[in-house]
Amino acid sequence: MLTHLRPAITLTVLFSLLTGLAYPLAMTGIAQTLFPAAANGSLIVQGDAVIGSSLVAQPFEGSGYLHPRPSASVWNAAGTGASNLGPTSAALIAAVAERRAAFEAMNGRAAPIDAVTASGSGLDPEISPENALAQADRIAKERGADVASITKLIEGSILGRTLWLFGEPRVNVLETNLALDAAFPLPSGGGQGTPTE
Amino acid sequence: MTFLAYTLYFGALIGAALCLAVWMARVYGGMPALAGVERAFLRSGGINPEREMTWGSYAMAVLAFNLVCFVVLFAILRAQGALPLNPDGIGGMSPDLALNTAVSFVTNTNWQAYSGEAQLSYLSQMVGLTVQNFVSAGTGMAVAVAVIRGFTAAKGATLGNFWLDLTRSVLWILLPLSVVLALFLAWQGVPQTLQGAVTATGVEGGEQVIARGPAAAQIAIKQLGTNGGGFFGVNSAHPFENPTIASNLAQSLSILLIPVAFCFLFGQMAGDRRQGWAIFAAMGIMFVAGLAVIHVYEVAGNPALGMGANMEGKEQRFGAMLSALWAASTTAASNGSVNAMHDSFMPLSGLVMLVFMQIGEVIFGGVGAGLYGMLLYVVLAVFLAGLMVGRTPEYLGRKIEGREVTLAVLAFLSMPLGILVGGAVAATVPQALTAVQDAGPHGLSEILYAYSSATGNNGSAFGGWGAAGTWHTTALGLIMLLGRYAMIVPLLAIAGSMIRKTKAPVTSGTFPTHGPLFVTLLILTVLILGALTFFPVLALGPIAEETARLAGQSF
Repeated sequence: MLTHLRPAITLTVLFSLLTGLAYPLAMTGIAQTLFPAAANGSLIVQGDAVIGSSLVAQPFEGSGYLHPRPSASVWNAAGTGASNLGPTSAALIAAVAERRAAFEAMNGRAAPIDAVTASGSGLDPEISPENALAQADRIAKERGADVASITKLIEGSILGRTLWLFGEPRVNVLETNLALDAAFPLPSGGGQGTPTE
Repeated sequence: MTFLAYTLYFGALIGAALCLAVWMARVYGGMPALAGVERAFLRSGGINPEREMTWGSYAMAVLAFNLVCFVVLFAILRAQGALPLNPDGIGGMSPDLALNTAVSFVTNTNWQAYSGEAQLSYLSQMVGLTVQNFVSAGTGMAVAVAVIRGFTAAKGATLGNFWLDLTRSVLWILLPLSVVLALFLAWQGVPQTLQGAVTATGVEGGEQVIARGPAAAQIAIKQLGTNGGGFFGVNSAHPFENPTIASNLAQSLSILLIPVAFCFLFGQMAGDRRQGWAIFAAMGIMFVAGLAVIHVYEVAGNPALGMGANMEGKEQRFGAMLSALWAASTTAASNGSVNAMHDSFMPLSGLVMLVFMQIGEVIFGGVGAGLYGMLLYVVLAVFLAGLMVGRTPEYLGRKIEGREVTLAVLAFLSMPLGILVGGAVAATVPQALTAVQDAGPHGLSEILYAYSSATGNNGSAFGGWGAAGTWHTTALGLIMLLGRYAMIVPLLAIAGSMIRKTKAPVTSGTFPTHGPLFVTLLILTVLILGALTFFPVLALGPIAEETARLAGQSF
């Protein structure tokens, strides 16, 4: 064992320099040069202010906006988490029933499954097209727009499967809400929603 | 359409693995073009790469290297608060958590009792964890190559040089693949920056602190090296860690790429590719069977939650199918990363994941580790076949005798020891029981999952289970050591004993180890040993939960 210690120590140092410093720093340099926006977190900037990341869900409660999926970690992007409740958990079944009632009271439509279950990351930036379209009536009413135009905007922002086979169709909540603000400004104006409890 | 998607996926996987196996055979055989760099690298450590090692010497080198790695990583984690590259001002880890984390990464487990964005500085992520992601994977690959030599090389006394095998694994296989994958991921939206968290003011005015960091580089190697320790707490479910369907496919393929390539490398080194295909077939059949169960249950969903797929703990972009594929891959291949929360999967999906880990991570398994683990079952299968026909069992022309079977059984015993004994203690000691989140049979599944994951060096978890308490950080730390080294040392000993035997020519009485008969026998050996050992406790966990669920019960 002792005869192996010297090579062990030297190789640990060499591998640390190579794979722990040179490799990540080189990747940082190349990524920052080739795709700086993506490598810095796909941030959305308006004026001087960062309003979020297109990849990270943020809470939306105003009636004029698409709402993201439930988050077990309350959209905390510095400490992510899921409910991790098992399939026979009474707490999970109760929480889902409560969310379903709230969704249907608010939108007057049946709640798709992704609207009542918490995502894995707590930051899922996307919802299913069914979920988005079920919110169209409410959004149209709040913005004083006709339902057909809101529906058309949502349908235009649906992202399809990859290679027609993989993954699920979806709608990015933050990007679509920004498009809604641009096309159909809220009556209160300014793109700021009306936070409700 | 689902069938077409899976066919395309497995076609791409097998094609890529076949190409990689050809490259790996050349690398481990020694390429003149690369020899200069290898020699320069090793000379600085005073290592003579020409010096061949016996199995004992090889094992000692593995242990010495891993020990040094452990000490360095433990020190970094304890001291990270005072070290540079810490823009978010994160403090040092507690001793028991640092012990757990250091063991976890040195043994290629990557069990995460901590949350990355909250408890690790960028220096710890880079110089601490990323380095171990490379060298713990490299260690597994080196050991596998040495074990393969023991079974396939000409009669001799030595298995190769550990330092040379390790260096070749890292420099010519893991590093180039990681560079390509890291850049692809950064392009897809995985952050790769040294700037700290950014504070955003949301559209509705709320503040949101968004953690980021040099993630792409680490995620690439954690997928390729079957490590699995995420940059962020929720691992590859996090939209920064796995932003798109394309990034998911690339990461998912990376989990299985090197483990599958090892099957084909084995065939090449044996000078008989059919031997590699036979092992691949046995693994592949078990994998597809398990994947089918998970797929069906997750797509069908949980009627208690409403119509549609089981989306609790899953991301919309991946849906049920890509989450099922990932869950099967990560538990089969001892990777342990997740793109959906396993705790919220249906009971029988959880059963499959448990079985994949409990049989010792031999369905593709960890890089290298899966193949040498499967060779252990091969020894036992050939031995059983020999008993049935009354001939001395042989594998690849060499006799399997008492010594090899004893060592194989000894290595196998580490699984029940870690899972059943460790799990039983965790289910009885009050201090340990506080970790359980869910009531009813699912609670037992949570305990079982944790101890199966640690013993199999997997690293995934039923995340509701509280892994951070002192009892479990310590117990699981010890069990991860057991699961890693109680396999490596006996396997190297078997290889050392095999290589000393003369190869006998193939005769009409030789039991062929490349046909469907052998594949069936191998699968049965895995299932019978696994089922006999773990079925009783699985009946109390996931199977009891499924029957309760069907009866409309909740807990």
